Amino acid sequence: MSAVASGATSATVPAEGLTSARLAQRRSRIAGEKAIELTLFAAASVSVFVTIGIVYVLVSESVQFFRHVSLWNFLTDTQWTPLFDDAHFGIMVLLSGTITSSAVALAIAIPLGTIIAIYLSEFAPFKVREIAKPFLELLGGIPTIIYGYFALLFVTPLLQRIYPDLPGFNILAAGLVMGIMIIPYVSSISEDAMRAVPMALREGSYAMGATRYQTAVHVVVPAAFSGIASAYILGISRAVGETMILAVAAGMQPNLTFNPLEPAATITAYIVQVALGDLPHGSIGYQTIFAAGLTLMLLTLFFNILGHALRKRFREAY
Amino acid sequence: MSAVAPPASQDVRTIREIIAKHKRWDYIFGVIGIVALMIGVLTFTALFVDMAIDGIPRLKPEFFTNFPSRRPSEAGILSAWVGSTLVMVVTAFFAVPLGVAAGVYLEEYARKNWITDVIEINITNLAGVPSIVYGLLALGLFVYQFGFGQSILSAGLTLALLILPVVIVATREAIRGIPQSIREGAYALGATQWQTTKDHIVPYSAAGILTGVIIGMARAIGETAPIITIGALTFIAFLPASPVTASPPFLNFEWLLSPFSVMPIQMFNWTSRPEAAFHQNAAAAGFVLVLMTLAMNGLAIWLRYRLRKNIKW
Repeated sequence: MSAVASGATSATVPAEGLTSARLAQRRSRIAGEKAIELTLFAAASVSVFVTIGIVYVLVSESVQFFRHVSLWNFLTDTQWTPLFDDAHFGIMVLLSGTITSSAVALAIAIPLGTIIAIYLSEFAPFKVREIAKPFLELLGGIPTIIYGYFALLFVTPLLQRIYPDLPGFNILAAGLVMGIMIIPYVSSISEDAMRAVPMALREGSYAMGATRYQTAVHVVVPAAFSGIASAYILGISRAVGETMILAVAAGMQPNLTFNPLEPAATITAYIVQVALGDLPHGSIGYQTIFAAGLTLMLLTLFFNILGHALRKRFREAY
Repeated sequence: MSAVAPPASQDVRTIREIIAKHKRWDYIFGVIGIVALMIGVLTFTALFVDMAIDGIPRLKPEFFTNFPSRRPSEAGILSAWVGSTLVMVVTAFFAVPLGVAAGVYLEEYARKNWITDVIEINITNLAGVPSIVYGLLALGLFVYQFGFGQSILSAGLTLALLILPVVIVATREAIRGIPQSIREGAYALGATQWQTTKDHIVPYSAAGILTGVIIGMARAIGETAPIITIGALTFIAFLPASPVTASPPFLNFEWLLSPFSVMPIQMFNWTSRPEAAFHQNAAAAGFVLVLMTLAMNGLAIWLRYRLRKNIKW
């Protein structure tokens, strides 16, 4: 608006002062635009600083920790008793809990999530899909502490009826509930990947006389596999990093076991346990949670890199 | 011709059998799919009903106006819901402007270079970082390095960083839905890039951004692990200083550095006690929490549905 008005005046009165005033206005406008762009850029780079912050905090505290404990002991010791007088720091103990609970959860989430994704993408009528998708989304939005309550006070008593020797805290109930919690993450990303497969592939398959099941399993799933693989990787990351369900329902005793019927502490549950107590800043107990956190980060990083490699290996372009 | 007929009918029969078998499998898989969905539905129903049966008898007005107590029948969630509300205010205050600005930058301003690539990969990776790791970051950085202590400010900042990727991704998706012609129209009238952004791009994507913000806040309100990690107390029998005062300057920021508790931590505390009476309190608190997150997520899903139906560029 103002540009038009000043343009009209300058055409009638080509005064020297007016042109330089317009140039000055233009300059200040460009400077303002630059300042805004820089502000927005600063906001976008916050995420990079968050990552740097995470790495800095975890590594600097872990370096302190590894001054007291050798890396060899950390990886091979079979006891985890950092707060006792006779302190042992064997991360394998916590790792075994994390691996066992994740295995139980994924044994539920991956098959069920994949079946639901195939069903919703290839079989379900429009109406069912329109209801099921938001419902699954709601399921994924429930706070994990609620699932923890459910695992401890509903699923465990239920399992004890079938298997009376089951202890009140156990990996099995926590893992099962965790699996249900992860289903929506696996199913929604897998389904998106399957729906992105071009219709022509399905039509080709149907034209050869294949059924929906044959088309889904032999055509759609292989074509969408890179997307499905990332859904699985996300599910694994979720399972490994899940905290509250395990802190509530799996007990917090460190226990080197791969038996889901026993109680055990995971890496995450240990961090919660220490944080609930009152450890002085800078003590070795305080540093252990950062070493545990670093292990957790490396674990999720490993799965992310694996996921990236899988996506590259199985990518199909149409 | 007729001599060839008998073996042909034999083949037809085999083919029919094969087709019938394949159709049966098709049908069976359809049933398996429904069963798998039902497992999800049943679990959710069991969870909801179990919590409602245990919790609803405790949901009296006093439950919302009492502090936690050693006696389960007198214990309430006053400090927890006040704490949750204040933490959410801090979270929204930081996460919404930062997330929207970052999303706008990446969609409207960013050039295609390695810096942009680094930022984008970073955001994707941050979305996959376990929430408890954010707690460790906050413990090392906010609580000790910056000296904010175990306060509402630390908790709000932590959750803001946690939901930042959600807000950024939602902003970008909303902006991507705006056709190029809107920008071209604005530029043709002499608008600068910022004028185009603030008068057109951001207002038109506001509903989509709001959806993302609500989903992010619903996630933040239920997060327990990072808040426990920074050392929130589980037993708080006082309220933070009121943010509004009767005398000038009317606003008081003391509450930012106050110790606090939040709903999920209160629930965790009650769940981990051995007495069954406290479990009832946990169920009641959990019921309130589930209703809150369901309402927020439901609102977001409804908003998105409305949006998809109404907007035709």
